[in-house]
Amino acid sequence: MAENNQKLSTRHLLGIKDLNENDIQLIFETADTFKDVLNRPIKKVPSLRDITIANIFFENSTRTRLSFELAQKRLSADTVNFAASSSSVSKGETLIDTVNNILAMKVDMVVMRHPYPGAGVFLSKKVNAQIVNAGDGAHEHPTQALLDAFSIREKYGDVTGKKVAIIGDVLHSRVALSNILCLQKLGAEVMVCGPTTLIPKYIKSLGVKVEFDLLKALNWCDVANMLRIQLERQDIKYFPSLREYSMLYGLNKQILDSLDKEITVMHPGPINRGVEITSDVADSKQSIILEQVENGVAIRMAVLYLLAGHKD
Amino acid sequence: MQNLTLLDGQKFQITIQRLCHQLIENHNDFSNSVILGIQPRGILLSNRIASELRNILPEATILNGNLDITFFRDDFRRREGPLVPNSTQIDFIIEGKKVILIDDVLWTGRTIRSAMDAMLAFGRPEKVELLVLVDRRFSRHLPIEPDYIGIQVDSINSQKVLVTWKEADQEDKVILLSEAAD
Repeated sequence: MAENNQKLSTRHLLGIKDLNENDIQLIFETADTFKDVLNRPIKKVPSLRDITIANIFFENSTRTRLSFELAQKRLSADTVNFAASSSSVSKGETLIDTVNNILAMKVDMVVMRHPYPGAGVFLSKKVNAQIVNAGDGAHEHPTQALLDAFSIREKYGDVTGKKVAIIGDVLHSRVALSNILCLQKLGAEVMVCGPTTLIPKYIKSLGVKVEFDLLKALNWCDVANMLRIQLERQDIKYFPSLREYSMLYGLNKQILDSLDKEITVMHPGPINRGVEITSDVADSKQSIILEQVENGVAIRMAVLYLLAGHKD
Repeated sequence: MQNLTLLDGQKFQITIQRLCHQLIENHNDFSNSVILGIQPRGILLSNRIASELRNILPEATILNGNLDITFFRDDFRRREGPLVPNSTQIDFIIEGKKVILIDDVLWTGRTIRSAMDAMLAFGRPEKVELLVLVDRRFSRHLPIEPDYIGIQVDSINSQKVLVTWKEADQEDKVILLSEAAD
């Protein structure tokens, strides 16, 4: 039997930065098959039946946590969930102690979201488990970037040569950085757009275009990825009011219809309807927001399957 | 490596023909039967069998699908890296049908065990049969035996049995590969 043994170049998924193009393509090809599995009457395969995964969330999450949990269940893994708010973290336990205690209960893999950038990298050096980063501060959110690129690939057949505009609160967004890195590795062109205060000063060094005018950005791109204003991370005022932001950078049907081409609208969620995107755009046929969520499960299944396949 | 050809040319064709006729004996016009080839190499045989059956029974509808077993294997995490899956294509319902599983070589039986698991995700068949082109006798790890056999081969563990196909490898042939003696 011809066997096609391939593995990721990394043991953890800490960020898109550590992946190469082959890794990303391998994840996509594997996700294709998992998407197929998810459309069957019995949406479950037994691959990870001897693996236990801990989902450790030090920050709130709906989509990512549910999506990871569903992915784990569809792969038959055992899961434990942990939310920092209801745990001993509030009694003063350190991150390493918390995780080591969880691992002492024979857990093989940790999916972690943390408010501090680099928390996943730190943990991967200190504990003996495979780490999947589910978002670390404003740093990276690799599985989101993978599912975004996967959704673009699904819509257009290929990511190479596509023009993607990332619009909104780029400064506080982990989705933005991971998306930029992932799309560039796949050969897409990336532009960021937002108010000057929300565009990081040296972002041009990543090789992206910068645009402050929403209409120009929309006219340039094939895909617009709208980001949420992350008020919880904003310690100072970056713009006068949400109303003004929404007037200048909010995507509405009128602007969308005024473009001479049909662009695709994406959003990593959660949506603030009426701020960065209006309801009629979010629910229009140009939006692939729910496809992104659907693909999220397949992508996370692929990531967990490929990482768990590494022999220790 | 030393190669010994076990089956080729006209004999290969006759074997395929015989397997088809044996299937017809048990499945009549295939109105309640479906064929499932096991990815990756079993589908070459299942496609050949299906097209032969369509030649012999032009009136019949022969349903033929591909089954990938990657996620159902029992050696996950026991090999160097994960296996890359192939596609599964089953555009029909197997609930209540007679399923004929097809693979090119039967050796330990582990693939077939996985295939039975994978197949059950598509429904509960009335009956499952196994057709293989090559049966490597006396090497089973599991209590699995084929219902239809092209040829039986006595081989040792270090040997390999390879089936090549006109469509994929230019020639229809069954070869026994042995390590050259020093």
